[in-house]
Amino acid sequence: MTGEVVLKKGIRSMHPQKFGLWLFLISVVMIFISLSSAYIVKKGAGEWIYIDFPEMFKITSVIIVLSSISMHYAYISAKRNNIKSIRVGLAITGILAALFVIGQFQAWGELVDGGFHFVGNPASSFIYVFSGLHIAHLFGALIFLGVVLTNSFQYRVHSKSMLRIEMCTTFWHFLGGLWLYLYLFLVLNN
Amino acid sequence: MSVTDIQLQQDTAGHDDHHDDHDHAQSFVTKYIFCTDHKIIAKQFLITGIFWALMGGIMSVIFRLQLGFPEIQLEWLRPILGQWITPEGQLDQEFYLALVTMHGTIMVFFVLTAGLSGTFSNFLIPLQCGARDMASGFMNMLSYWFFFLSSVVMFISIFIETGPASGGWTIYPPLSALPQAMSGSGMGMTLWLVSMALFIVSTLLGGINYITTVINLRTEGMSFSRLPLTIWAFFITAILGLLSFPVLFSAALLLIFDRSLGTSFYLSDIYIAGEALPHLGGSPILFQHLFWFLGHPEVYIVILPALGITSEIISTNSRKPIFGYKAMIGSMLGIGFLSFIVWAHHMFITGMNPFLGSIFTILTLIIAVPSAIKAFNYITTLWKGNIIFTPAMLFSIGLVSFFISGGVTGLFLGNSVLDIHLHDTYFVVAHFHLVMGSAAFFGMLAGVYHWFPKMFGRMMNDKLGKIHFWLTFVGVYLVFFPLHYIGIAGFPRRYYAFTSFDTFSGFADLNSLVSIAAILTLGAQFIFLFNFFYSIFRGKLAPANPWKSNTLEWTTPRFPKHGNWPGAIPKVYRWAYDYSKPGAPDDFIPQTTPYSHTPESNLDHENESAKSEDLTGVEKVND
Repeated sequence: MTGEVVLKKGIRSMHPQKFGLWLFLISVVMIFISLSSAYIVKKGAGEWIYIDFPEMFKITSVIIVLSSISMHYAYISAKRNNIKSIRVGLAITGILAALFVIGQFQAWGELVDGGFHFVGNPASSFIYVFSGLHIAHLFGALIFLGVVLTNSFQYRVHSKSMLRIEMCTTFWHFLGGLWLYLYLFLVLNN
Repeated sequence: MSVTDIQLQQDTAGHDDHHDDHDHAQSFVTKYIFCTDHKIIAKQFLITGIFWALMGGIMSVIFRLQLGFPEIQLEWLRPILGQWITPEGQLDQEFYLALVTMHGTIMVFFVLTAGLSGTFSNFLIPLQCGARDMASGFMNMLSYWFFFLSSVVMFISIFIETGPASGGWTIYPPLSALPQAMSGSGMGMTLWLVSMALFIVSTLLGGINYITTVINLRTEGMSFSRLPLTIWAFFITAILGLLSFPVLFSAALLLIFDRSLGTSFYLSDIYIAGEALPHLGGSPILFQHLFWFLGHPEVYIVILPALGITSEIISTNSRKPIFGYKAMIGSMLGIGFLSFIVWAHHMFITGMNPFLGSIFTILTLIIAVPSAIKAFNYITTLWKGNIIFTPAMLFSIGLVSFFISGGVTGLFLGNSVLDIHLHDTYFVVAHFHLVMGSAAFFGMLAGVYHWFPKMFGRMMNDKLGKIHFWLTFVGVYLVFFPLHYIGIAGFPRRYYAFTSFDTFSGFADLNSLVSIAAILTLGAQFIFLFNFFYSIFRGKLAPANPWKSNTLEWTTPRFPKHGNWPGAIPKVYRWAYDYSKPGAPDDFIPQTTPYSHTPESNLDHENESAKSEDLTGVEKVND
């Protein structure tokens, strides 16, 4: 077995799928870097308006951090073979993610109430693009979470079968961090 | 827990055990259509690429007819083009723009990205790295089918009533953002964007797989410093794609919002028929920045695989080690890095700060250094080699020729000052068709001729291959060399006709010559098509190693099954370029031959490493 041969020689090699996930995350990073730079270029060109950020964004930011914590709780439980707490952790993460998405839509509502529409000045359009794309990626993560949760009910997530939950945790933390970055970026560049 | 142990085995099982005899019955569908075998997927990419190349080529000949012979009667094309031929028997003006746009899109993305990189990365990465298959066969299959879907959408767009996208392959807004701007900016543009979105997904799926496979699934002994240059090239190409295609996605996404939802990312202060549009605050230059941040790496995504293929073929057929192996890798890395910081040289005349222009000029000119290193290395590899002129070798040498003659004009265009005159003229067309279009196309053909025996187990006809080469080589130069003169004379790109300008009338003959040459060059490709399809079924059966090459793919059986090697994966003991090594009995030593089997040709340090070689599983060759 190739995997074992490599291990015998003392070289630790990342699992190909995990490595693939990291490459995927790099491409996601490139999407947001390019949009961020577009934002900065656009802002530099003038005709920019000041945005009143919805309070909801603060709440959703807290929610997504909490979901990262519960995700990590599930991950640690998997390492320690606490099958029940894995399920609990994953389920809480899923619920928090749903709350996050609802919260983001609420925030959009607040934006619209404040007169900052998707169509109009790019300053407000960009907020929808950033948060919308983030949610699109979060949907992907939610599907992944569902798969891992199902697996955990089939006793297929434990200390000797960590690949999926590890990848899911990585993706989840990434999306949490991404949202915090986007929020900070938008507020600081307002 | 017994239940969990079963799962454990599934997760960590290696690839060796269950692949060894992959002879179980497969239906036609799982074997040739929804297949996860990288060799079949490579052939799928190749056949689709050939189809698109033919489409793109025919389109170019149609608009060349218009350019070379402005008064020509095209009534005979009515059965195919229908209403795109005007009642006077001329080519419709809007359709001319659509043809130019589609030709560019098809050639850059579908032929030279998917057809070239998709074919040879898929085919060669597992075979030359020594892997059973790609890291994820399923993702690989998805990658092809996303490409197929993208192809279908683009193909459909050619046949809709308002015509396909017509704003140029760079789809600059506002032309592309406003459906009322031209008929091609309507449904055709929408389909273009959908198709490209699918294409980006396909490229990313493929690229992630290529990188993962190269990093994780190399066979024992295949260190990065022993990797064939083809694999290095595909590897760097995949990284470029991974970093740049998401940016195209961003650009396209914002364009879609502008088009369909009324946002103002790229649009501002536009009046159509005296009426102001509601868009405010956008900037079309923003699109150009985003587009060329992909667009420039894209040209290296196109040319690098061709350069990698060429390195391999030139070394094999010169019977010499590649000159400057490490310099080749270094220059590819250098080109890859620089490709991300030169994009604004496409935008010198967008009103950019002249100081910024001079910075981009300098960065652009620096690319000449790694490119020249590569060109010199090819020539020095050929120098005093025992050159064998196979069709693949001829096409590789042709590539080097195009790379040099097309690259030199890059120095002109990279200068922000000269670019003021040359921008958007036929000089640009001549430049990139030589250095990137024809060169990459020749790399693709060279690869097909060289690896055809491995792909289909049969040989292509050598004579037809050589006739194909000479006609194409002469044809390409006849097409693109005159375009330099036409460009310097001031002919702008994408114009339907120049008949109303007196200054240009002196060049009418030259334009006719170019068109005739283009028709002949396209005609020559049918020799290849015949050779290719005839040889798949009727070609001579190929010997195990027809080109006496060192790399791993030639250690597989003539018709490799899924899993590539019937037994264990061979181990690698040396680099891929031990050709004509002094002292060796043969003029090539395959990568699978240990140093301890070749004491007569070893250098001192190789004798050292021979002592520590792990020879388990290697049958002794010298007995």
